[in-house]
Amino acid sequence: MWQRFAPALPANPWNWIAVWRRNFLVWRKVALASILGNLAEPMSSLFGLGFGLGMIIGGVEGTSYISFLAAGMVATSAMVSATFETIYAAYARMQTNCTWEAVLCTPLTLGDIVLGEVAWAASKALLAGTAITIVAVALGYAEWSSIPYALPAIALTGVTFASLAMVVSALAPSHDYFIFYQSLILTPMMYLSGAIFPMSQLPGSFQRIAALLPLTHSVDLIRPAMLGRPVDSVGLHVGALCIYAAFPFLVSAVLLRQRLMR
Amino acid sequence: MSTAAVDLFQVSKFYDDRVVVDALSFTVSPGECFGLLGPNGAGKSTLARLILGVASPDAGKICVLGEPVPARARLARRGIGVVPQFDNLDLQLTVRENLLVFGRYFAMSAAEVKAVTPSLLEFARLENKADARVSELSGGMRRRLTLARALINDPQLLVLDEPTTGLDPHGRHLIWERLRSLLARGKTILLTTHFMEEAERLCDRLCVLEHGRKIAEGQPHALIEQQIGCQVIEIYGGNPHELLPLVRPQVQRAEVSGETLFCYVTDPEQVRLRLANRTNLRFLQRPPNLEDVFLRLTGREIKD
Repeated sequence: MWQRFAPALPANPWNWIAVWRRNFLVWRKVALASILGNLAEPMSSLFGLGFGLGMIIGGVEGTSYISFLAAGMVATSAMVSATFETIYAAYARMQTNCTWEAVLCTPLTLGDIVLGEVAWAASKALLAGTAITIVAVALGYAEWSSIPYALPAIALTGVTFASLAMVVSALAPSHDYFIFYQSLILTPMMYLSGAIFPMSQLPGSFQRIAALLPLTHSVDLIRPAMLGRPVDSVGLHVGALCIYAAFPFLVSAVLLRQRLMR
Repeated sequence: MSTAAVDLFQVSKFYDDRVVVDALSFTVSPGECFGLLGPNGAGKSTLARLILGVASPDAGKICVLGEPVPARARLARRGIGVVPQFDNLDLQLTVRENLLVFGRYFAMSAAEVKAVTPSLLEFARLENKADARVSELSGGMRRRLTLARALINDPQLLVLDEPTTGLDPHGRHLIWERLRSLLARGKTILLTTHFMEEAERLCDRLCVLEHGRKIAEGQPHALIEQQIGCQVIEIYGGNPHELLPLVRPQVQRAEVSGETLFCYVTDPEQVRLRLANRTNLRFLQRPPNLEDVFLRLTGREIKD
């Protein structure tokens, strides 16, 4: 049993770094375009919604709407960045470019590759989330002191959504199927999780569903940190995100083994 | 522990009840070039995947470089270099960066990769292309880079899956010459191919495959001598089924494949004389080769 699944697991705690470094080397050549592309959408949402709706709404939960939204945009951009890196770029490396196939002929295992890809996608999420946090801080929408607390939460959000997206990549027969994940899972999650408006505005049954979503836990960690408020139930949120990261990681590794190592 | 570089015993592999490898056994000795020869779909690439531990056999035992595969395939792969059937180089990276990235998968430091890079580039005849992106290289150059990449870990065993498919004759000859130099350095090569000429030129021993089964094994010239052992005359330009009864008394054996009649004869002149009154026929007389062996064993040509 163990021997059957050993190739799907990381062989040791450091092999994944070689996969991460390969992706970093390729990314470095297009870094500026990549950063601008990743930031444009959350920034335009932040300023468009923040200023536009902010004028109508006024304050939310004791702060300006744009400050409230900034934390939501940080969590959402980490989610989107990790997801897109996994379902588009990592999927292309697996399916179209056969990059993974080349790595499977070396002493690395499939688990090493998956871990390296998840860590890489989380790194891109951290970069996107951090950039928005810095802009928000520079414009006075968040506290400078919040950055050391927000960064680990952004990184954990990245790992969680990269793992979840890896399951989608493992199951998708082609690129065309990813739109379902985006429109049926990610977009509703963004509206339910309290990223854009307070969860208390939702009907009771929706609130109970929303409390289970991973993005809700990210927002609940990142928003108080950015607004310089104490975070409630840190253990619960971190634990929930860790479960959402670990379980899908194992499921994706087993599914990918069946897909690639038949 | 086996001293063979590769040892397969009664290995079978099924995909959805379809037999891809059928109770196959063979042994590759250190330092030899062993060929797996067969048409597309014979199970050659599946065998390469089984030997690398990327796929698991449904029956039988595999041992590579003294390690049981797939159980300890990761350890075996430390000593293996692979040239896959289709290039999977990193197109966005330069030649030098491709070697660096691959060296890291074998836990080599940047300094270690840097130290071996000049000799690998020289081997691949890519000294002037070190900082060119792979997307700028020709097909032959990419193939040679893939071969150089496979040598980054100084492997004992090279697994080459159709290494010259898609190359022009010049590119193919250059790869063959490079492979011979590796054999001279004592490397073991396991080569899959459907090119008869490649198998005949490079391989010390061959296993001829059809539908995942071994249909012959031995040294190329011994196989040709055993299975054919006489001259071949190919006749085309007429209806081969109509010609067959006419030449039957003069030949040891004859096969029809497509529009060609293959005659195996000790005295080709007798066949020419027999058909002398037929115009429009074209004759090609040549020594026997592995193509004839395959045709004899399977009743069909290896070409797709």
